[in-house]
Amino acid sequence: MVLSLINLNHPAHYISVGSLSVSLGNLIMVLMAFVLFGLALALPFPGHKSDDSKSKKGGE
Amino acid sequence: MKKYDPTKKWTGPTRPYDLIKEATIAFVVVALLSISLAALLSSPDEKAVTLQSWSTSAPADFVQTAAGELAGSTTSAQYGPPYNTAADGQQLGPLKVQKIAGVRIPINSAQDFVIKPLGTLNDSTANAAIAQWNGATENQQSTWATSYADALTKASSAVAIADPTGKFGPVPTLVSSLYSMAKSGALDGALTTSDSPLPTNFTKPLLFLADSGSYFPGLADAQHLSGDQWGVMNETGSWPGQSWLWLYSFWYQIDPFKSSGNADILVMSLMGLLSLGFVLIPFFPILHRIPERIPIHRIIWRDWYRSERKND
Amino acid sequence: MWTVRVRKATLEKFEPEDLLPDSQPAYVSSWIYVFGVLTIAAFMMLIISGLVLTLEGPAWWHTSKYGHFFNSLHLWNVELFFLFMVVHLWGKFWMAAWRGKRTMTWVTGCVAFFASIFTGFTGYLIQTNFDSQWIATQAKDGFNAVGIGAYFNALNTGQALLIHVSLLPIALGVIVVAHVILVRKKGVVPPIESSLE
Repeated sequence: MVLSLINLNHPAHYISVGSLSVSLGNLIMVLMAFVLFGLALALPFPGHKSDDSKSKKGGE
Repeated sequence: MKKYDPTKKWTGPTRPYDLIKEATIAFVVVALLSISLAALLSSPDEKAVTLQSWSTSAPADFVQTAAGELAGSTTSAQYGPPYNTAADGQQLGPLKVQKIAGVRIPINSAQDFVIKPLGTLNDSTANAAIAQWNGATENQQSTWATSYADALTKASSAVAIADPTGKFGPVPTLVSSLYSMAKSGALDGALTTSDSPLPTNFTKPLLFLADSGSYFPGLADAQHLSGDQWGVMNETGSWPGQSWLWLYSFWYQIDPFKSSGNADILVMSLMGLLSLGFVLIPFFPILHRIPERIPIHRIIWRDWYRSERKND
Repeated sequence: MWTVRVRKATLEKFEPEDLLPDSQPAYVSSWIYVFGVLTIAAFMMLIISGLVLTLEGPAWWHTSKYGHFFNSLHLWNVELFFLFMVVHLWGKFWMAAWRGKRTMTWVTGCVAFFASIFTGFTGYLIQTNFDSQWIATQAKDGFNAVGIGAYFNALNTGQALLIHVSLLPIALGVIVVAHVILVRKKGVVPPIESSLE
């Protein structure tokens, strides 16, 4: 039995380009990886400026 | 910019860090995310197929396969190691790897999938056919079974061929008996419990099922699970599958692998090599310099580089 | 006494300050750095959901809606586990995180990746449904071709179940622990242009 709010229990959509054929579900997962990687690089990381007072310069 | 020795403990500027807080937040985020995905999208569960469902849904395919087991023409009958010595199996160049591994899961397709299960029925008609089969020479068995299998294939949707002259020997009876046994569900039980009454090893029923000419592969094809459909990556229904197997799956779509009889060992060997190369990237002269040449790290560490240049 | 020497060496190797620090280098300020811990979080969820499935046996999820939910939870954590691991891996590659004698950190990470793939594969084998039947009958050809099919029999569900539930989680756990300890011991790799090399 499959109980869910969104029913994925039907044949998948496939995107085919030449000999490449990928299901929509898999394509979304792969794209998510690229999106997350891009966002991880692009999004500013908090606490950098406000940390100047708290950060230690370290032994030199 | 000041340079630090990466092999030594960090002596430069630091920021406060709460490792346990980070781990806790990560866990809560992932728990909530996965619980939501599970509740929203669930997971696939295509019911297992049985020899009963096979014989009921695709009777012609079932009887053709059964005849093929007796004729020694099925995939399992001609497989080679680890099941039998009918073939040498795949090789890598001159290395007959599959043959070297030897027969360690002995399967005799005719005996294990047809004769022995029928023997558990205690049915006089089946027993007589079994006795006739076992009493004949290998050549005679092959002649009977091959011609019956050919006749069934030619008839395409027949589940039996009339044999007034007895030229097929006991084969029609053996195949019909097996067909009835499968439809009743008794064959599933007999094959599954053939080695142990409380089984966890499904080698025999699965090998028999995998010999199916159209039923089993047809079900997989309909779900895009076949090798030439990038099936290794796919899941039943619309769920995501194992997308991380993309490169393994890719090789099967192109030549020379696509049309090679040694496709599996070629792909496994290639993937083994590439995986080893991946693990050993730090040792590869040009590869390990790629991150310096394509400076994505300048985005990652932009805040740090900016503050270091300010300090210069 | 050698036992005393082992104790001393262990305490020197694993100082609490290294294992549970309260500060980190200032250059650790990018969202890319959270993907390691996210991967471990998904791994924890896999263990937890896996333990629930273990309690009721491999066929429970076919007939119970709670069982099906925990199967779904397990499956989606597999997807998240690999998603986060791959992004973590990309980040570590572009940082050339093997620098400064961190080769073993990279190596244990890659081995964890491949061990995870094999663990996931055994998981798919023990679903006891059509998908597992198909995967088993297809995968056997790959294993047979390289000569290990008799030792790892994809059609032997009992073997796959025990490997998936005991052998591989333990092996993966050991590799992941080694990986994390190496990160803590060697420290997070410094930026490329700030490194002497």
